[in-house]
Amino acid sequence: MLIFMVRRFGTMALTMLVVSILVFLLLEINVESVATKVLGPYTSQEQRELWLERNGYTDPAIWRYLRWLGNFVVGDFGDSVRFKVPVSDVLWPRLANTAILGGIALFIASIIGLTLGVIAGMREGGARDRGVSVGAVLTTSVPEFASAVFLSGLLVFTWPVLPGTSGMADGFDLVQLVLPVMVLVIYDWGYVARMTRASMAEVMMTHYIRTAVLKGLPYGQVIRKHALRNALIAPFTVIMLQINWLLSGVIVVEVAFAYKGFGSLLYEASLNSDIYLIEACAMVAVFVAVMTQTLADIGYTYLNPRIRFS
Amino acid sequence: MTDQAVSVPRRESPLLRFVKGLALIRESWVGMIGLGIIVFWSLVAIFADILAPFPPNQPGLPLAPPGSASLDGLGVYWLGTDQLGRDTLSRIIHGSRQVLLYAPLATFCAYFVGIPMGLAAGYRRGLTDDVLSFIANVILSFPVLVLYIIIIATIGASGSNIVIAVTFASAPGVMRIVRGLVLDLRNREYVFAAETRGESAWRIMLVEILPNARGPLIVDACLRLGYVVITIGTLGFLGLGLPPPDPDWGGMVSELRQFAIVDPMLAVFPCIAISSLVLGFNLLADGLREVSLRD
Repeated sequence: MLIFMVRRFGTMALTMLVVSILVFLLLEINVESVATKVLGPYTSQEQRELWLERNGYTDPAIWRYLRWLGNFVVGDFGDSVRFKVPVSDVLWPRLANTAILGGIALFIASIIGLTLGVIAGMREGGARDRGVSVGAVLTTSVPEFASAVFLSGLLVFTWPVLPGTSGMADGFDLVQLVLPVMVLVIYDWGYVARMTRASMAEVMMTHYIRTAVLKGLPYGQVIRKHALRNALIAPFTVIMLQINWLLSGVIVVEVAFAYKGFGSLLYEASLNSDIYLIEACAMVAVFVAVMTQTLADIGYTYLNPRIRFS
Repeated sequence: MTDQAVSVPRRESPLLRFVKGLALIRESWVGMIGLGIIVFWSLVAIFADILAPFPPNQPGLPLAPPGSASLDGLGVYWLGTDQLGRDTLSRIIHGSRQVLLYAPLATFCAYFVGIPMGLAAGYRRGLTDDVLSFIANVILSFPVLVLYIIIIATIGASGSNIVIAVTFASAPGVMRIVRGLVLDLRNREYVFAAETRGESAWRIMLVEILPNARGPLIVDACLRLGYVVITIGTLGFLGLGLPPPDPDWGGMVSELRQFAIVDPMLAVFPCIAISSLVLGFNLLADGLREVSLRD
């Protein structure tokens, strides 16, 4: 188990390394455009060259990459062009806001997805199964921005019960979180439900469930004690991997509702060509995604007694 | 009489068999609904010039509510107008062309890149597989929209750049699926037979293995098409999609949404358009999967 964990974390570090090379190649390999992005388009050629020289951009690319990576590892992401402060000063509070939004959404989506998935999987092909499947296809077909428009059309403009934006101008307000969370849950629950359903349906076909039913155990007890334990192993991985999708979803939702989180920060950064901020956001997003993937793998082997790595 | 009795039934052409396989979708009503929606939008895209009551970029009465008459009284804005007075219905109709051009194109490119990668990884295994799988894992570890934003921020927003970004982000997923299928198919007897005949590796991959992996790949392509439609819409919504003024569903939503205080219905229509098209692809995928599992 320990060796397996070490190996998983090793792969994770290697992945992060390659991701950093990719991000560097995409955003920093062309020094001319870096200078233009940092200093603005209305600067003279001399100004840019002076800036490049002073900030070490005349060094070979490999040196620049290694220095850049070193700074990244110790948490020095450079200065944001747009906010005129170190990137880390804006990034961490925004990330915390997104963690709140994403955490609540993931929790609710998982509860709904697991419950409906189990109900659907208990009798494959039954009326409930059909209903859940149709519901899941319908809601996952609506892009986040579309359900944001539908929901705010209903709950903000037609029946004004919820605020239309979630800027949190007067301190943290849970009511402003309702719409963003709803949008994320609508898009995400279906996938969890479908995976849970498939896993549950598979377990219900096994011999030990048939045995339990035939020896006369109450149906509820069969489901609770025999089926659920085995059926919920696979969805655990799905929920963890869902975090990767959620990181995409929060960008749309935060932009749509002006929520001051990590997604809207990355969006603002990309609109303003705020290159260091884009890099930091990208690296942090990938780190979160890779971390959850690694934890999902380790958790899966821990939960599933049939898989043991020496 | 005897002549007829000994005549061998003619083997159907591969294309005909392929089409007949797809025609099985008739047996799934879910799939038929999906196919119907897709055919509907395809016809709308083809006949956009005839169907649209106004030219898509012609200004008129700004922010007219749905159903109001145009300034000259000759036409009706069935779904209202935007802030420049352009007819929403006409723009939705013309916008279908953009989506139905770029979504299939981008998906096709993703498959064009992903299939050879997956074939090579699954058939050759060993180092080729390790390297290709690692590259795929790296790209797939990006939250997709983050990857799109970085790519678009670097190369700029345009139709062809969307195709490039989608190909880059989706090809690894295609590769993974193809690889899994090939790992299963490569131990079939017809593959051993082809190897014994001395066929080249690429011929085996492309002629022997790939056609037998088509079922799951077609289902995956439908799901992926739906997802690419969402992606193009989302990029348009974020202002990173196709450049104005030509209509693009996602971009229309983000423009009309600003005027929700005037009339919240205005932004709803392009949302319905995009959701219905995605639903069409998802239902078709469900139907195809259902039909393919049946036999």
